[in-house]
Amino acid sequence: MLRPKCKQSLGSSRDGQGRPIGLATLLTVALVVSLAPRLWGQNPEYLISRSAVGKPGGRLVFSLRAEPKTLMPLNALDASSKEIQGLLHSDLVHIHRPSQETRPALAREWSRSRDGKQYTLQLRRGLKFSDGQPLTVADVLFTFRVLLDENVKAPGRDLLRVDGKFPTLRAVGENAIEVTLPAPYAPAERLFDSIAILPRHKLEAAYLAGKLLEKWTVGAPSSELAGTGPFRLKEYLPGQRMVLERNPHYWKRDTAGVQLPYLDEVVVIFSPNPEAELLRFRAGDTHLHSRLTARGYGSLERLPLEQRPILKDLGPGLEQHFLFFNQNDLTDSGLSALLAKRGWLQDVRFRRAVSMAIDRAGIARLVFQGKASALSSHVSPGNKLWYSGASSVPVRSVDEARRQLKAMGLTWKGEQLVDSSGNAVSFTVAMNAANTEQRQMAAMIQEDLRALGITVSLAPLEFRSLIDRVLNTKDYEAAILALRDGDVDPTAQMPMLLSSGRMHFWHPNQPQPATAWEGEIDRLMKRQVSEIDPLKRKTDYAQVQRIISRELPFLGLVSPHVLIGAHRALRNVQSAVLAPHLLEGLDEIYWAVENIKP
Amino acid sequence: MRECAWRLPAAVTLLSWYMLLAGLAWMAPYSWREQHRDFPAAPPTRIRMVDPAGEWRMPFVCKMVPSSDSVGSYGEDCRVRYPVSLLQPAGDGRMVLFRAESPGLLFLFGTDDLGRDVFSRSLAGGTVTFATGLLATMVALLLAILGGCLAGLLGGWPDLMISRGAELLMALPVLYVLLALRAALPIQTPPAVAFALAVGLISILGWARPARLLRGVVMSTRNEGYVMAARGFGAGPIYLLRKHIFPRLRGVLGAQAAILIPEFMLVEVALSFLGLGVAEPVPSWGTMLSSVQYDLVADRRWWLGFPAVLLTLSILLSGQVARTLELQLQPVAVAPEES
Repeated sequence: MLRPKCKQSLGSSRDGQGRPIGLATLLTVALVVSLAPRLWGQNPEYLISRSAVGKPGGRLVFSLRAEPKTLMPLNALDASSKEIQGLLHSDLVHIHRPSQETRPALAREWSRSRDGKQYTLQLRRGLKFSDGQPLTVADVLFTFRVLLDENVKAPGRDLLRVDGKFPTLRAVGENAIEVTLPAPYAPAERLFDSIAILPRHKLEAAYLAGKLLEKWTVGAPSSELAGTGPFRLKEYLPGQRMVLERNPHYWKRDTAGVQLPYLDEVVVIFSPNPEAELLRFRAGDTHLHSRLTARGYGSLERLPLEQRPILKDLGPGLEQHFLFFNQNDLTDSGLSALLAKRGWLQDVRFRRAVSMAIDRAGIARLVFQGKASALSSHVSPGNKLWYSGASSVPVRSVDEARRQLKAMGLTWKGEQLVDSSGNAVSFTVAMNAANTEQRQMAAMIQEDLRALGITVSLAPLEFRSLIDRVLNTKDYEAAILALRDGDVDPTAQMPMLLSSGRMHFWHPNQPQPATAWEGEIDRLMKRQVSEIDPLKRKTDYAQVQRIISRELPFLGLVSPHVLIGAHRALRNVQSAVLAPHLLEGLDEIYWAVENIKP
Repeated sequence: MRECAWRLPAAVTLLSWYMLLAGLAWMAPYSWREQHRDFPAAPPTRIRMVDPAGEWRMPFVCKMVPSSDSVGSYGEDCRVRYPVSLLQPAGDGRMVLFRAESPGLLFLFGTDDLGRDVFSRSLAGGTVTFATGLLATMVALLLAILGGCLAGLLGGWPDLMISRGAELLMALPVLYVLLALRAALPIQTPPAVAFALAVGLISILGWARPARLLRGVVMSTRNEGYVMAARGFGAGPIYLLRKHIFPRLRGVLGAQAAILIPEFMLVEVALSFLGLGVAEPVPSWGTMLSSVQYDLVADRRWWLGFPAVLLTLSILLSGQVARTLELQLQPVAVAPEES
């Protein structure tokens, strides 16, 4: 969410949960706080955590599916690297995962100019990297210089492109940075999330020598690294484990004045096999699990109370499974079998009929053991800020579906649906062979559509060959895919929603919008991105959701719930449907009992 | 001599085993594609003979009641009983092995996630897996006979080409080649065609080893005195093949078939396990087992491992048959028994 003038300083970052205190006390506190930097010189302007006060100490173990490919935040692309990065580094403005809103991090507060193009961020005073060196405006400028440098080839560079151009940064005074955007950009604050501020004193030499990405590889000694995250690297034994220790210079405190994080050590182990990961968690060898499957969750729920971990069903996440039909212009494709089916395959009434025949509730119950929610559009109800709820989940009605098909001029020969030239209406659904859930969903859809007289064949494919068919060769009839959004903001959906988008699955890379409604979506999406007023953005995006539910370029099926587990002796466990679900709050987590099994 | 005693029974057992599977599949209590969506992941239904009052009755099943709080847990309401009867005529002209009186449900080996009867699917899946193994073996052996005989009889450059080609095929990692080929095939293929393609691919990649073996046998036979003599009397290649060489190959072929059938069945299972074999809803042991890893670890749904038991039995039986047939090949090399 955007705030026109976001002034979140020390007090306000407690989000108004302060207890009623006397005016005098308030004044005293204000005085002390404002004088603090002067009185204690280097003492940082801490962010005060709102969570319950905990006990320092202890060690926490969790597992990741894969080892991180790099420790350099600039080219962290894989999930593991990003998750480790989140523990070792901090950003200026952070998307608070549980509320999905932006919160101050290294930047104490920020303000935006009236035209929406200029942001001024105030850095906290007295910040230090984990090696004790001070963090200054120069480090921030260095980070962005490196990130935006074309020669560095940082994958995150393109994410900063606004209207095709890059923002510029300059220092304002000792502690502020002014960011100028080429055009007004609604989700601008969110751009700063996950951009780790890098230590210039460690990296500048390598950068100037053009060898930046050779630094901080997985084999780098811990003394070479420095960050502003809650933890710092202690040791890394590739193939075995990564040990992180408490960063003594972290910039957060609890309300009792204890510096965070509480944990002394975090151990990351790697377990590529989901079953092994579950078994380890169930045995108490690992203490957090942020990717429980519905079945794994069920098996933990059945444990006796004294062994059962803290389990939370956070509701639908941002992952969603959907079915879509090939809507490409196939005239010159040479795919004759597809061309013959184009008449009905690309008719919206056909998609509506299919949508109405699908038993979404059944999919959620059978495939996900009830731990999934049926979808009505491309926005999951897990997206708290942008889910409009304007369109409801289609009610299953075979009769209505049959009426739609009849209206298209399709008829039945015995049980089988046939088109006007007497050919059986049949299509093949492609899906990722490695995804058991998608295979089961497809088998259910196959049975659902048999009730309409439609013959569905299933083609489980290796994932890359599936994507190649969908995006490049376009040799497919229908497919089931899953989308996993990184952020809730609609801008994250642009590559999929814009008709010119590379990820516009059903008909990618259109030079001109092929249909009027795709043109309308283009217009609305482009308008909302430069609109500053959050209400107007919301209206535009709700309209996009309505168009999608009406035209059904893809049929939302279900969104699996985010299921997490934590050791029962852990407290302050924060969880969110946004990745990384659990790791986010690791700086505030603590052990309620001592001497827990390591 | 002891081996000879059970040589015949082993082969017969193997054949009857598959016949039994196929026959039972035809008499399966439910269709392999029918989804009982109200009863997903149901454990095997208990067949009872004592009612709640403690009285003996004819076999019956109790009404299955899905629990409202978690999917896949069930209770029984034995106040409602459905008698079980054997060999009942089904509506579609089939004879059903057993069934509970409608609307009662009897899942002998429980149901899978989509509420499909595991027993019926295991039988049907066995037929598919076995048919794949059998057909692929037949095609592979035909290719092997052709290649082996040509190479062994002709020698020279045809031998060189065939032998090196076979070695090349043997050096390829079969599973990866199959995965690549599967991805390259058009996806709009009906299940029957996909099945035929799978069979074809498996056999094309699998003929090399038997072909090499046959080539060796053909070559050694070609140089036997009586064959040379026949040639000296003017016998043509066809005559030689028919009268002297084929009889020598029979044993090898039998043993190879017994080795290849289970091997190809396993390839099919592996392909299906990876989701690239026979497409849903047609069952095969591989597709049925593809999620069992998780079923056993997370849910302890042991009944979903049932196809693995059948598969193991089939492979063991085939192995036994292969061994006896191989022994038959070496009648002379029997060491004197120690007493």
